[in-house]
Amino acid sequence: MKTVEGLYYSKDHEWLKIEGDTGIIGISDHAQHSLGDIVYVEVPEEDDHFDAGDSFGTIESVKAASDLLMPVGGTVLEVNESLEDEPGSVNSAPYESWIIKIKLDDVSELEALLDAAGYTAFCEEEA
Amino acid sequence: MSEKRTALYEKHLASGGKMIAFSGWEMPVQYEGIIEEHEAVRNNAGMFDVSHMGEVRIEGKDATAFVQHLFTNDIGVLTEGQVQYGMMLYENGTVVDDLLVYKYSETDYFLVINAGNIDKDVAWIEQHASAFNVTVTHLSDAYSEIAVQGPKAESILQKLTDFDLSSIGFFHFVDGVVIDGAQCLVSRTGYTGEDGFEVYAPHETILKLWDTVLNAGKAEGLKPCGLGARDTLRFEASLPLYGHEISDSITPLEAGLGFFVKLDNTDFIGQEALKAQKAAGLKRKIVGFEMEKGIPRQGYEVYAGETLIGTVTTGYFSPTLKKNIGLALVGIDYTSMGTAFEVKVRKKLFPATVISKRFYQKQYKK
Repeated sequence: MKTVEGLYYSKDHEWLKIEGDTGIIGISDHAQHSLGDIVYVEVPEEDDHFDAGDSFGTIESVKAASDLLMPVGGTVLEVNESLEDEPGSVNSAPYESWIIKIKLDDVSELEALLDAAGYTAFCEEEA
Repeated sequence: MSEKRTALYEKHLASGGKMIAFSGWEMPVQYEGIIEEHEAVRNNAGMFDVSHMGEVRIEGKDATAFVQHLFTNDIGVLTEGQVQYGMMLYENGTVVDDLLVYKYSETDYFLVINAGNIDKDVAWIEQHASAFNVTVTHLSDAYSEIAVQGPKAESILQKLTDFDLSSIGFFHFVDGVVIDGAQCLVSRTGYTGEDGFEVYAPHETILKLWDTVLNAGKAEGLKPCGLGARDTLRFEASLPLYGHEISDSITPLEAGLGFFVKLDNTDFIGQEALKAQKAAGLKRKIVGFEMEKGIPRQGYEVYAGETLIGTVTTGYFSPTLKKNIGLALVGIDYTSMGTAFEVKVRKKLFPATVISKRFYQKQYKK
């Protein structure tokens, strides 16, 4: 499994990248690999608000639908519309295929997330 | 985990198989990916481990009468070396299991049943055997089985045998075909909607054959395929799966499988119930449908306005058709082509339209 340095990771297998005041969210390489071929990503609306751990959308592989869970609380600024036509890009490039951009509620929530090394160790433990 | 492993377990791990629990077995759901494996079978060829399937032999003077007593199709029309699809039913007309019947002779039949139903089926068969002069032999532990499916299945397997495989017609079999030096039971059958073969043999033979077939088919695009692709392939070809389109609460008539149920010239358990159901008229039936948005999944509810009219039995984003399609068991008033209803995907209702269940035109060699 691949990870990218400098990102935050949740134990639900989402990644979060901080750019200024904005948080960018996607799913990890480990997550896309476990799900298999992704055929649909259901995204929320702009301005929707979710708390940490809330479901903000659904990702569907050939076999099953899974919830997308917020790594931190925040308000949706933008959704990645291109996933509608190319959901498979989450498989081929999980760290480039962001799903939503948010305005974080509280930066201190980042402390609960893992770094790349911590996340790798977590996945190995889970396996 | 107390799941059983097939003889090919180590081969699956070596090929990168992702193992899951299925019907009491630890089986590969995929290797490379469901869509790639699905496309390999539609365009070239794929090989599946189906060793979890159950096998039962029925021999004796009354074998024909006994199998007919349990089986919905008319085995009277079967010739030696022919295979037939049908079901075993409860008295109330719902389904014990669907199965293949291989006829060796009037006194010798070979039945292939679903992995998840083996214990129940064997008990059912044995329970009814006492009134007949037959011996029932449960052979599931003696056989491994692979399915080689797809337009290139015949040319790939032909490289490994001197026997002329083109002489085996659709739904026919030959026992004793020597493939790669070992004797096998080979039938031109499958569960994908493509041409292809199912090969039964002792574990050691199949273990060796797995690598031999992979190598023989590599240049032609043959891939090892898991249960994931097996399900998307059978679904597109509208082949039923026990626990989805048929079950102990659904009859074959409701499932649209009337072709495999012969209400005349035969006498089998459950026939009276089906005759009565036919005479009274069906109250519900399985239909195909498509949706522009939302992927249907088993168990999702189907609505007409506020009224719950049925449930989805299987649904997918179809790898071949690139559409969201499904099968649903719905009230009879909602079964004609073009009928509009709604499917509840998580909390939202999405529009769906009834279409033909023949999502994919089967490519059998008749």
